[in-house]
Amino acid sequence: MSPLARKLAGTRQLLDPILGESRNFARAPLGHDAADAMLRGGLARDALHEVFPGDASAAASGFTLGLAQRMRGHKRLLWIRQDFAALEHAEISPTGLAELGIDPATVLLLRVAHAEDALRAGADALSCAALGAVIVEIPGNPKVLDLVASRRFALGAQAKGVTVFLLRPGAEPQPGAAETRWRIRSLASADHDDWGMPRFDAELTRNRHGELGRWAMEWCCDERAFNPAADSRAVAAAPAGRTLAPAEPAWRRAG
Amino acid sequence: MPLASARAIVGEIEIVEADPAADRRKLVEIADWCDRFSPFVTLDPPHGLVLDITGVSHLFADASGNGEEKLLAALCNALRKGGFTACAAIAGTAVAARALARFAPGTVAAPGDEAATLAPLPAAALDLDVKDTTALRRAGLKTVGQVAERSRAELTARFGKEMVFKLDRALGKGEKPISPRRILPAFSAERRFAEPVVSEDMIAETLHGLAGSLAAIMEERGKGARRLEASFFRSDGVVRRIAVETGRPLREPGTIAKLFRTRLDALADPLDPGFGFDMVRLDAVHSERLVPESVGLEARPDDDKEIAFLIDRLAARFGSHRMLSFLAQDTHIPEAAGVAVPAQHAPDPTVEWERREPGEPPRRPLRLFAKPEPIEAVAQVPDGPPVTFQWRRLRHRVRKAEGPERIAMEWWQGEDHKPTRDYFRVEDETGRRFWLFREGLYHHETMMPKWFVHGLFA
Repeated sequence: MSPLARKLAGTRQLLDPILGESRNFARAPLGHDAADAMLRGGLARDALHEVFPGDASAAASGFTLGLAQRMRGHKRLLWIRQDFAALEHAEISPTGLAELGIDPATVLLLRVAHAEDALRAGADALSCAALGAVIVEIPGNPKVLDLVASRRFALGAQAKGVTVFLLRPGAEPQPGAAETRWRIRSLASADHDDWGMPRFDAELTRNRHGELGRWAMEWCCDERAFNPAADSRAVAAAPAGRTLAPAEPAWRRAG
Repeated sequence: MPLASARAIVGEIEIVEADPAADRRKLVEIADWCDRFSPFVTLDPPHGLVLDITGVSHLFADASGNGEEKLLAALCNALRKGGFTACAAIAGTAVAARALARFAPGTVAAPGDEAATLAPLPAAALDLDVKDTTALRRAGLKTVGQVAERSRAELTARFGKEMVFKLDRALGKGEKPISPRRILPAFSAERRFAEPVVSEDMIAETLHGLAGSLAAIMEERGKGARRLEASFFRSDGVVRRIAVETGRPLREPGTIAKLFRTRLDALADPLDPGFGFDMVRLDAVHSERLVPESVGLEARPDDDKEIAFLIDRLAARFGSHRMLSFLAQDTHIPEAAGVAVPAQHAPDPTVEWERREPGEPPRRPLRLFAKPEPIEAVAQVPDGPPVTFQWRRLRHRVRKAEGPERIAMEWWQGEDHKPTRDYFRVEDETGRRFWLFREGLYHHETMMPKWFVHGLFA
């Protein structure tokens, strides 16, 4: 091999994980058939994924947890949060985790002061193959979270097979090395239905290796899998901001 | 001497107010520094320090032997270089050494020889109270030797038991143990340098080597460290101590060295070698029995080990109060049912997490506000869910509601009675789900119940 060819091969080796051209991802299905088909069998395990909340609710955190749960198998989950996130978007409640079907004993929480620390902690965590997934919650668009940081995450995820999720409340999407990007909104329960499992209006807004889509999903807390949300008011037909004014709220006495 | 007299003798005199607090701080600093001679240092305010050098003096010995004299000289020289005037002495008991340091500095009393060494000193060296010292002088007992010659019964009758104890200790009989300022480490390894070291690599290598020595002695005793402390002794006398904690007993040198590297990297004020460190010591301040692992019982023992190491690393970098794991609590008060505790010190769980009801949607929100946020709510019936509510300046129209789930505060805990809460799970018209509660039973506890949002469901 000529020196130039060797150099090229080396560069290729460096770039491949970033460009992701000639790479076979280890994939894990979400459980939602249509989405899995679009994702060619499931979400890439050894990659970086971004989740952007589409509204001020806990839907995106719930969805991210669901994805992380699907990816991690029996391994542990580390959630890295900025102190600011806890103030603005409330604490993660272990009882809430348990209710979603996620054993709180398998979840670790790291609080950090600012985005820089969150990135450093994330990089540190990715060197530990005993972790199944890492959720890094970084509000807004801090300068340190640039293309380089994003690539570093993608490479780290690939090296040890730890899935990384960037949860980005109040952030605008920027160029990055994420394999997929999601925008998550809450999905209203079907009319005349009981209060059901958590429901999401999940929009796949970026997919490096496939097409985009938008689905109504439901997280089944018992099976720990995403299912198609039955009988939802068509997602596309409910533009955000439309107000529905039912004559009076449906109130089921319970408790 | 009164200030006026001093001024009369020397015209140009600089006057500085006495500052006992600063003196004390300085004394503590010097005590820290003295750590390099013996870990057993105690303060003898206002101006004294007592070092227990049992078993350390041989470290200073050379071909001619007498390590104690060498140690004393090294200590005094170093202090003199630091700009202090030091009087020091060595004896078999702290009281004897103290008396010698004050009245015959530089003396090293041979073991068992205290009585003879102290005999010529004035009786004041016994450090009795002024009244007793005066009484001794009036009785014609001018030296320690003269006092020691009197019968004990006589002395006890005149001065009391305490004085006799003190006398005996001064003469090297009986000993009052001194209590060290710092907890003595169970295991310790140190390295001195002929030339002060400055380079980071050298420091890292030294720590690695010390961790190896420490591991060897801990292994003999079947122990592992839970808290390690590295002390860096700078050649100019400044001592910097840096500690790392671990989640489980640890003794692999490589892991210990890595933890210290992480900790050193993360220091807000980095380790400043100045003109170099002339000694580095690694202590296992807190150690526990390290049970050899039984391989095969757990599915992936390596996973647990790796996670423990990750926890230690992140705790070393960000502080152990930031690296958390969840612990279930035996209470039904929502905000207290699960707490986040430092993962390194998490006790074994005594309470199980409440099992979720199969087939039921989540009853508890994923995100919980540490402090419930007040909202303005309008309800149709006094004990019903709100029809609309306003939270963070946004109005939400309730489309679906479930409840109430009545949660009484635990009146047996604490004195202030907190009102009962009626919790509702509500969904607004965009599908966002909230956990709201009304505080206070209408009519019974309050006429104007307040509403709060306590959590957000996924």
